[in-house]
Amino acid sequence: MKIKASNLLIVIAIFIYILLKVAIATEFISEYLEQIVLYTIIVIIVSLGLNLIYGYTGQFSLGHAAFYGIGAYSSAIICKILNIEDVYHFVPIIIISGVVSGFVGYLIGIPVLRLKDDFLAIATLGFGVLVRVFLDNSDRISDFLGGSRGFVSIPKITNLEITFFTALILILLTINLINSRYGLFLKTIKSDELATSSLGIDVAKMKLLAFVSGCFLAGVGGSLYAHLYTFLHPSNFDILKSIDFLVIVIIGGMGSIYGTVIASILWVGLIEGLRNFLPTEWMDFRWVIIPVLLIIIMMLKPEGLFVKRSVR
Amino acid sequence: METTAYILQQIVNGIQLGSVYAIIALGYTMVYGVLRMINFAHGDVFMLGAFFAFYLIDKFSFPLVTAVILTVCGTAIVAYLIEKIAYKPLRNAPKISLLITAVGVSLFLEYTLSLNIFFTPNYIAFPRPFEVKSYDFSLFSVTNIHIFIFLSTILSLLLLYFLIYKTKQGKAMRAISHDQQTAALMGINIDNIISFTFLIGGALAGLGGILYSIAYPQINVFMGIMPGIKSFVAAVLGGIGIIHGAVLGGFIIGLAEVFVSAFLSSTLRDGVIFLLLFIFLLLRPNGLFGKRIDKV
Repeated sequence: MKIKASNLLIVIAIFIYILLKVAIATEFISEYLEQIVLYTIIVIIVSLGLNLIYGYTGQFSLGHAAFYGIGAYSSAIICKILNIEDVYHFVPIIIISGVVSGFVGYLIGIPVLRLKDDFLAIATLGFGVLVRVFLDNSDRISDFLGGSRGFVSIPKITNLEITFFTALILILLTINLINSRYGLFLKTIKSDELATSSLGIDVAKMKLLAFVSGCFLAGVGGSLYAHLYTFLHPSNFDILKSIDFLVIVIIGGMGSIYGTVIASILWVGLIEGLRNFLPTEWMDFRWVIIPVLLIIIMMLKPEGLFVKRSVR
Repeated sequence: METTAYILQQIVNGIQLGSVYAIIALGYTMVYGVLRMINFAHGDVFMLGAFFAFYLIDKFSFPLVTAVILTVCGTAIVAYLIEKIAYKPLRNAPKISLLITAVGVSLFLEYTLSLNIFFTPNYIAFPRPFEVKSYDFSLFSVTNIHIFIFLSTILSLLLLYFLIYKTKQGKAMRAISHDQQTAALMGINIDNIISFTFLIGGALAGLGGILYSIAYPQINVFMGIMPGIKSFVAAVLGGIGIIHGAVLGGFIIGLAEVFVSAFLSSTLRDGVIFLLLFIFLLLRPNGLFGKRIDKV
């Protein structure tokens, strides 16, 4: 049954891909809109990472954007040094950026994942600020990193194919991970850490597995982002960005891959879509409504909108 | 000689900043004591304190003392309302839900007030409520702002000590932070005490807001974020839930920030503070004065 479900997913995905391709080729979708579509897919990848960390395993992270930023910067640096400007050579770079993020996540995760709930939140938030400060001061290390002026003239490589199929592969891999034994371990850690460890499961290792995989996804997303917009600024990777991903995971539902996909599309669609229709004064209301929505969701349906209420 | 003078002057400045952090950290630590949550909206109550004071002093030209009293009452009520509206329905929810709600409240306050119909997102100059006088000692100089802030901190600290260790409410607060369920069994009205804690915490945040904007006279709706987080770091450094720990933590953070700005670079100061947090969380997660708590 499981295999069939993922086959169906692949078929649907390829169908969507063809649809998008046709829409772009016939110029039904403008270049601006294409960029938004790609950005949505990137957001899906990164949010999926946070969903692994928080939604499935219950490790609250407020520093996810930092790993996204690490992936983006490392990808941009590697491509600039190696002078890579075509998609074929870009594929290994995406993976390397993900690995760099994952490795940093590993180093940070070992000490930090011992902490729980609020302390974990404040530690990851602290890490986010550290990365932000580091990026802001990066021009002291090398001038071409730009520091607080931003990293400019990154080659534009990201296209529909690479983004779409990277996302598809990563979603399939995540589904496989979740449906494996390890996925079960992660879910049990979320519902009861003590009971999980009493079953002989190495809780620390499993938490680290989820965290590193989540950071890997964030790094891949960052890499794609860097070569989509060709400009990186430290403020793109600060606390507010982390909260963006958090809101997506919460709205989509903790531990729901399809929920994350839907929520990412809604999120980017709403923000970018409303930009076209509403006057700027109304755009300011966005961040008035979102927190209220968040609070209401927490009160009424803390598992998120697109998941069934789990049995406690 | 000149460096000694410079260092001494930085210490004076650091104590000033540390005093403000200490006052905000006290609110964090008290709320953490009774609710076991990080009240992310605390930094925004601090911001509201600055704005209330600005309107009272600048627009309605109240004298300083009246303005301070009114502001402190105002922010206390705001904190009370935040607890009643947003946190109370989640009393039995998982901790993370509470945390996300707190982040939501914080964002809501910041962005609602940054609308053009309210305070706007711009920086506003805060009026000096009194003439600045400088007292020169041979090595360093102290302004009356330094003295005012330091004395306010000490005074509110003494009041708080009296409140927590000498009054019935204080005893109830300590009982709740020790064991909420048992405290409830002893006939303590948990909800009332939590509300009371938020009132006190809000009042302290408001006072902190006034002091901060007297020292650094520029206010903005987002001004509460960094001082808020740093004060939380201060509370963690001192051992969360411990009053004198929060004060000492505040001074450490204040001094560290001023010294990093003076001797390294002001862009690095946030990084250094969070590095400090990291080191503490790893080596001494219960802070300087914290006892080893059980792990549940």
